Amino acid sequence: MLERGAGGLLLWLHLRLIYIFLYVPIAVLMVLSFNKAGLPTAWTGFSVEWYGKLLDSGPILGAALNTLIVATVSTVLATGIGTLLALGVERRRRTSWLDALLFAPMIIPDIVLAIALLFFFTLLEFTLGLHSIILSHVVFNIAFVCAVVRTRLRHFDYAVVEASIDLGASEITTFFRVTLPIIFPGVLAGALLAFTLSIDEFIIAFFTAGAGPSSTTLPMQIYAMIRFGVTPEINAMATIIMLVSFTLVFLAQRANREAVTG
Amino acid sequence: MRKMTVTAVALAAAMTCGAGAAMAEGKIVISNWDGYMPADLLENFTAATGIEAELSVHATNEEIMGKVVAGKGKGYDVLFVSSPFAEALNELGLVAKIDHAMTPNMANLYPEAMKLDHDTGNGFSVPYAWGTTGLCYRSDMLAAAPDSWNDLLKPSSDLTGKITMLSTDRWLMAAGLLAQGLSVNEKDAAKIEATKNLLVDAKRGLLAYDDTTFYSKLVSGEASLVHAWDGWCNYGIAENADIKYVIPKEGSDLWVDTIVVTAASQNKEAAHKFIDYVLGKDVGIWVASNILYKTPNKAAMDALDPALTAQFPNLAMAPGDLLKFEQLRDLGATQKSYTKAVTEIMASQ
Amino acid sequence: MQSRLKTLLLLGPGLGWLAVFMVVPCGIIFVHAFFERGIYGGIDYSFTFENFQRAVDPIYLTILLNSARIAGLATLIAVLLAYPAAYAITRAPRHRQVGYLILVMLPFWSNYLVRTYAWIVMLNREGLINRGLRGLGVIDEPLPLLYNEFAIVTGLVYNYLPFVVLAIYASLSRLNLEVLEASEDLGAPAWRTFLRITLPLTLPGVAAGAVFVFVLSVGNFITPDLLGGGRLQMVGNLIYDQFLSARDWPFGATLSFFLIAVMMALLFTQAVLVNRAQGESRSQVEGRTAKKAGLADA
Repeated sequence: MLERGAGGLLLWLHLRLIYIFLYVPIAVLMVLSFNKAGLPTAWTGFSVEWYGKLLDSGPILGAALNTLIVATVSTVLATGIGTLLALGVERRRRTSWLDALLFAPMIIPDIVLAIALLFFFTLLEFTLGLHSIILSHVVFNIAFVCAVVRTRLRHFDYAVVEASIDLGASEITTFFRVTLPIIFPGVLAGALLAFTLSIDEFIIAFFTAGAGPSSTTLPMQIYAMIRFGVTPEINAMATIIMLVSFTLVFLAQRANREAVTG
Repeated sequence: MRKMTVTAVALAAAMTCGAGAAMAEGKIVISNWDGYMPADLLENFTAATGIEAELSVHATNEEIMGKVVAGKGKGYDVLFVSSPFAEALNELGLVAKIDHAMTPNMANLYPEAMKLDHDTGNGFSVPYAWGTTGLCYRSDMLAAAPDSWNDLLKPSSDLTGKITMLSTDRWLMAAGLLAQGLSVNEKDAAKIEATKNLLVDAKRGLLAYDDTTFYSKLVSGEASLVHAWDGWCNYGIAENADIKYVIPKEGSDLWVDTIVVTAASQNKEAAHKFIDYVLGKDVGIWVASNILYKTPNKAAMDALDPALTAQFPNLAMAPGDLLKFEQLRDLGATQKSYTKAVTEIMASQ
Repeated sequence: MQSRLKTLLLLGPGLGWLAVFMVVPCGIIFVHAFFERGIYGGIDYSFTFENFQRAVDPIYLTILLNSARIAGLATLIAVLLAYPAAYAITRAPRHRQVGYLILVMLPFWSNYLVRTYAWIVMLNREGLINRGLRGLGVIDEPLPLLYNEFAIVTGLVYNYLPFVVLAIYASLSRLNLEVLEASEDLGAPAWRTFLRITLPLTLPGVAAGAVFVFVLSVGNFITPDLLGGGRLQMVGNLIYDQFLSARDWPFGATLSFFLIAVMMALLFTQAVLVNRAQGESRSQVEGRTAKKAGLADA
């Protein structure tokens, strides 16, 4: 098979190099979290004081929690809705107006969507908060999830679905037992994509957030620090996020391997 | 399909309700840059007055302005914005009048702080901090100390690629206007065009446009001369005593950061109490010694530690001298020409 | 279940959501293209075509072309780097694949601004790379790595590479191994199998990934500002500035309108091309599998 031999080795090497490319800046930002002075880009000496400051900083920790809520809920909603949408769209023969509608959230500039949503919510006298950020993030996330899942449906063999139904399985059973397992890598990729986009999104979150710390997300908090110095406190926060996520992934992998081998 | 949508929306709203929208009676919400007021200010304010207050943060004047315009200011009671934005908010009817009877601490301000051009008598805004825009440089890396805007715009060859300029539209234009001896609010089309050409030429000598990390670039030695606000230059000076600040001989603008009460505020009385609290001496001392900005608060500036003004000489500038400079004003219809000029500068190769 | 009801159930939630939270709000903003900026940045509600006349200025076309060039370059590099990476992940044992994928995404759960600052620390004249190279005696003078197109493209590739890996992974891991085996059994060399079968079959994933990098790059305004040193205006910056710095919603809406029209045209062309390539490869693949089946019978 393809992974054997020189080709396989090159592939393996390439993947490692890509990981190095992705993680070198992360290593740099981790080192900067120990920077003594509050300068964003110049090294001035070693200190751990920023970790102490971070633990005392209610706003940053609160914002991190808000971000997690927004990203998780909007990912769940968008993954569900986006997957259904992809299934629906790929069943149709002529899709151009649907395609246009699904491209739109990706190409409408963020600032336009941000202002439009705030203007719209204000017209309706809709109360803003974390929920309005989530409603807004779902808009662009639907489009990204749907696009990823659709690539997987391109050569989907509908005969399998028909076979399942012919054999007496219900539509719902067929979806969960036949369709979903086949499209799962696409759904997973879509969900990861949505989560990553949402966790880092600033401008739409800023405009659709309610006033006050209860709907401030981490990107909003960090951008607001620009004027008086993005201090290594933020690098410390990013470092902790990285380490926690890394540990969770590692543990999940181990549990998974044990489940597979055991 | 309509039914589906309604269900979906209701579901999403129900799932996340309660997480946001804390608009309790009597509570006020303040929007400010992060770190621009003492971390324990709101706590102390609540202890002193019994009024609950929450801090919301914004990254730039432009963003909070956009949000207040699109959202009619709902949810916010007090905003910290620079003076041209306060002026525009007032013209758009989005801020409330300041009732001086409710802010006795206004007496702490210098008399000059009541005579600012954008709002003489502080009718709708209260100054919080002020200062100048000039040149910040590494005295150990320059052959001679700069003293003119032309040192920035037409640098000697050894400085090529070691200079940064502010990218915020108005301050970028101000550097070019001041270099020609023009007003920072110039409205003449030909003069705006000439300024644009000057700044397009100046772009060749630049390392970058930067209004966030320029002081960091001086410390690292990446840049040796940067276009800077005085307070930010102080952050560089704090790390390296060879960093100096100078106001070019052609002059500067007078920038003023102000506090306003939104017209949409449901609790203007509490908002005024907050402003009065901020006008107290102690907050002013904190601003000068932590943010390293000058404040129009005379009581605070008089009480400053002399060691601070020795380390950061620009903190000691007299209010009378500050007021010799012109403030950036809202440009009204001329804004379109400025935006176009800046777009052309930024897009030029 | 009735087919129409099923379609409604599948499409309803998504289309409803987009209608309520995108079409209507953005529609309201786009109507502003026919009004004028008020003196102080509000809206003067009198009908005009003036904004469209202002928008045909060549400067905006220049900015659009610059953005397209930079975004196009970033897209090309990201796809070339991501494809083999995604391919390598799909060849890993199944239970490891999710872990590998998350490892690709994990750096991007930090924060855009903090990552960008890390790049400044690496690329600047006194930065890690320049000091390292000077220390090794490779260079005497620092290389200009920051505040230019190179830095912008690097930043864009870095931040959007993971999205392409995801998109390509999604389409690759579906690949029917039997088809590949059929091709090899028939004696086709590996590279030919890849070019004639694997690549065409994964084209939708490549296309989706490329679209992600391209649209996200064109709309980006932080990377050009911080890594490009603001020396290069991109469409993202232009529109952001119109809405926020200039407070000129009508003109901002007009420029966005043009941007969306151009991007729609590009995306539709892309979709048509991918569909055509797909159609060709599909018939080829089906032909070959049939042939293999025929051989087995004989």
